[in-house]
Amino acid sequence: MKTWLGAWPVVRQFTDGDPFGRGEAVRSRQTDALVPRTASADRVVRSICPYCAVGCGQQVFVEDEQVVQIEGDPDSPISRGRLCPKGAASKQLVTSPSRVTTVRYRRPHGTEWEDLDLDTAMDMVADRVLETRRKTWQDEVDGKRVNRTMGIASLGGATLDNEENYLMKKLYTAMGAVQVENQARI
Amino acid sequence: MFQQDLANADCIVIEGSNMAEAHPVGFQWVMEAKARGATVVHVDPRFTRTSALADLHVPIRAGTDIAFLGGLINFVLTHELDFREYVVAYTNAAAILREDFRDTEDLDGLFSGYDPEDRAYDETSWQYEGTSVTAAAGQRQSPQPGASGSATRPVGQGAGDEESHEASQSEQAGSGGITVGGKPKRDETLQHPRCVYQVLKRHYARYTPEMVQEVCGIEPAVFLQVAEALTANSGRERTSSFVYSVGWTHHTVGVQYIRTAAVLQALLGNMGRPGGGILALRGHASIQGSTDIPTLYNILPGYIPMPHASKDRDLDDFVGEASGSVGYWGNMRAYTVSLLKAWWGAAASAENDFCFGHLPRLTGDHSSYQTIAQQIQGNVPGYFLVGENPAVGHANAKMARLGLANLEWLVVRDLQMIESATFWQNGQELETGELRTEDIGTEVFFFPAATHVEKDGSFTNTQRLLQWHHQAVEPPGDARSDLWFYYHLGRIIRQKLADSTDPRDRPLLDLTWDYPVHGPFDEPSADAVLREISGTGPDGAAVSGYTALEDDGSTSCGCWIYSGCYADEVNQPARRKPGREQDWVAPEWGWAWPMNRRTLYNRASADPDGRPWSERKKYVHWDEDAGKWVGPDVPDFQAEKRPDYVPPEDARAEDGIGGADPFIMQNDGKAWLFVPSGLADGPMPTHYEPAESPVPNALYPQQANPSRIEVRGAWNRANPAQSEAFPYVVTTYRLTEHHTAGGMSRTLPYLSELQPEAFCEVSPQLAAERGLEHLGWATLVSARSAIEVKVLVTERVRPLRVAGREVHQVGLPYHWGPNGLVSGDPANDLLGAVLDPNVHIQESKVATCDIRPGRRPRGPALVEFVESYRQRAGSGSGLLPEGGRAPIEVQT
Repeated sequence: MKTWLGAWPVVRQFTDGDPFGRGEAVRSRQTDALVPRTASADRVVRSICPYCAVGCGQQVFVEDEQVVQIEGDPDSPISRGRLCPKGAASKQLVTSPSRVTTVRYRRPHGTEWEDLDLDTAMDMVADRVLETRRKTWQDEVDGKRVNRTMGIASLGGATLDNEENYLMKKLYTAMGAVQVENQARI
Repeated sequence: MFQQDLANADCIVIEGSNMAEAHPVGFQWVMEAKARGATVVHVDPRFTRTSALADLHVPIRAGTDIAFLGGLINFVLTHELDFREYVVAYTNAAAILREDFRDTEDLDGLFSGYDPEDRAYDETSWQYEGTSVTAAAGQRQSPQPGASGSATRPVGQGAGDEESHEASQSEQAGSGGITVGGKPKRDETLQHPRCVYQVLKRHYARYTPEMVQEVCGIEPAVFLQVAEALTANSGRERTSSFVYSVGWTHHTVGVQYIRTAAVLQALLGNMGRPGGGILALRGHASIQGSTDIPTLYNILPGYIPMPHASKDRDLDDFVGEASGSVGYWGNMRAYTVSLLKAWWGAAASAENDFCFGHLPRLTGDHSSYQTIAQQIQGNVPGYFLVGENPAVGHANAKMARLGLANLEWLVVRDLQMIESATFWQNGQELETGELRTEDIGTEVFFFPAATHVEKDGSFTNTQRLLQWHHQAVEPPGDARSDLWFYYHLGRIIRQKLADSTDPRDRPLLDLTWDYPVHGPFDEPSADAVLREISGTGPDGAAVSGYTALEDDGSTSCGCWIYSGCYADEVNQPARRKPGREQDWVAPEWGWAWPMNRRTLYNRASADPDGRPWSERKKYVHWDEDAGKWVGPDVPDFQAEKRPDYVPPEDARAEDGIGGADPFIMQNDGKAWLFVPSGLADGPMPTHYEPAESPVPNALYPQQANPSRIEVRGAWNRANPAQSEAFPYVVTTYRLTEHHTAGGMSRTLPYLSELQPEAFCEVSPQLAAERGLEHLGWATLVSARSAIEVKVLVTERVRPLRVAGREVHQVGLPYHWGPNGLVSGDPANDLLGAVLDPNVHIQESKVATCDIRPGRRPRGPALVEFVESYRQRAGSGSGLLPEGGRAPIEVQT
């Protein structure tokens, strides 16, 4: 029968033939009762890593409508279940404590951020677009029809979905903005 | 080629890429090839994680890859190691050029047709004898400004105009080539002195192993090891592949870097075959998608060019002679009309030119750095930044910040409070006194964005593969997808304009903008957008692919190369049949454009008669009994076109491509060793020194790319070539644990812990020369700014013997900025904006600098410190007036 001393993991390392403490010696009732977050998840949703262009498959584990873990998808013929440190850290993209989740507004010449309601902010941006478009509209340049504004520009990142890029290009083109650019040129 | 196909290669040359570090999971396919016996070569200025796993590391001076690859081309041609049957049948090696073409050998480093005044080429003398050439995708160049709508530049007429500077040509050629009018004369013995093969041979004759040593700093014995590995592993039985990343594209000759590899791979017969090809490793989840469905100024979806004011008055002008020419671009009218129908729906009809007039027109270069220069002048009131952080991520990040400070309004959409949203609060220019918060008039709206798991949508990865990510949870608080933002912004704008009678508002009011919405936030359906992109037929049902598109307005398609991604009313990118339940090509995982093909031009994997070149390299071949092309991939060829098909004289579009011509986007069906049209800086790649180089060009009196684009102003001063003030080479790079400008990594605790601090890598020799201490501070200086980073003294970087002297290179990861969990000076503050003339990408993989021990000066002293360097170097003053609004200086 083991004494309290005999149950001490440091001692068990040597008495149980586990000198490096990588097996039985470090187990306890508490560790045996641990369950991985992936096991208790309500559902697993299939995704793709948002970092580089390798396109690794991801499995997103959701519990109580929160993302609790993101792992490599073994079904992917490209990544075969693997993720690099960035992909493996991508849960923190979602759960990061420094993530900003409300609209922030800085007025011209302002020194601080202010709060702004999302609907109001959308309406203000729509007004800015229309006003700038009116103010900077060009029907012609050097006698040639151009039908555009050089007053509105855009620069997108390459983590945008195809569908997002598509709506951006469609809307910008219709509003006459041509200075539409992306990380793809950078 | 696609990543898994690397496993089939017998030799892999990784150059301009640190794949093990920047694309680690894809690198498993290189290791798979190595385990099967392949030779892996890594050519790079630094010894990296990739080098450590390669059979051979070849240290090279940054910015000299064309000299190295040109040396390999010379080796192949001198020893006649090209795959002759492939070269004669599948490339333009046999085509004969005009008599008046002059090579860089004849003109001290320039080709014929160069106009020093506008620093641009007239391509007339580059043509084949007896033909005319135009860009396939519509009229990319006009014979003369204001001339009639003819798309073709007749031989012997026309001069380069401003548009030859435009980025569009090469990028459109990304999905297609250039139209050659008429068939060139050919000499299939390759002996005619003016045939492409002989012209190429003369062009590279001086790129000897000794010259490679002189330019690149690579010993001849090491060069020969690479040459022998590559040639021994190419041909009928074996294939080799190249892998590159932005180490090749971020140069003033970036397009020509890739061209050099393409010439080499075509000569060796490695294109369109398993284990062969050139794999571009792109750096972001959907950077390929952002090019295909471009948020780029010069193209519309599917590489259709944006119309130009000087020539594209109507649809007929626009599609010009491309329509009806040979090759798939011959159907350009169908692709364009279907796009216009997708955008303007019922409003677009044959009577109104399908609303072609609704498209705004270009008048020149409207790319990112030109826009920033205009922002600094106060000429661009509004700016949207959508998941992009130029205040850290753009070369000359200070210039980007000055642009932001001179807007009227700015919208930033991101996950975290990135530097581009806080430039008015803690930007570096506030500390130096060059800007004051209270003086900055920019109104800033920060909208929180949704992450990839909070929305549906597709990414297109580096191998043209569309993969769908499903929404797992709702985004928190005000966070929304970018799809939500643009859909609702468009909806609100259209509401506000509903009563407008102004014809300028018609393009907005006529838009098809009725996407179904769902969920608590009225999220538009990404699935419905994908279906619009894929296209619908006359019956309203999803089309099978772009061959179903018509030019009469009966079909609609948002991006012709993506057409078929919703075939059979199925979201094809969402297919997830496990890889282990499929063959190695895995065609039922996701969907690759075009038409789910995984290897482009795969008809070249068979010989001209349609038989596999060898059993070992069998892929797609002609099955005589079945009467069609068969193989594990979708054939990149008309399925039932016989290998002996000879097109009739008047055949158009795909019908004009012969049965033994695999390169179906080119209208001659050939791979081009020599490019008669479509490149701004020459028909064959030529070694030019980087804009900022410590040594003279050993090959030609012409120092740097004569057509490079400079953006001049006090905010973007250059380090003069061979400047004593800036004697060292600096090259920037990525680390596994961080992502680009850091918004998605410096904000994550796990990753910030793994790579906490900005640093530079220097050799022990440079450390001794400049008194730099391992783990101490160093200040790096250029004509733009000075930054401080920690020093890592390592033998991974070693000095190279070049042009009779030691050249030291400094390695500099670029992920840091002032915000986030770990902060540091942005490496991009050091770099200048000088651009490739084809695609307007900046030279951020090589510049010059000074390096000295210790921290940089703070406050106004920093400005004086950098100004003293500029004075010493003769760079011109970089002192800025109030608000930073120094003028754009006209190029002289």
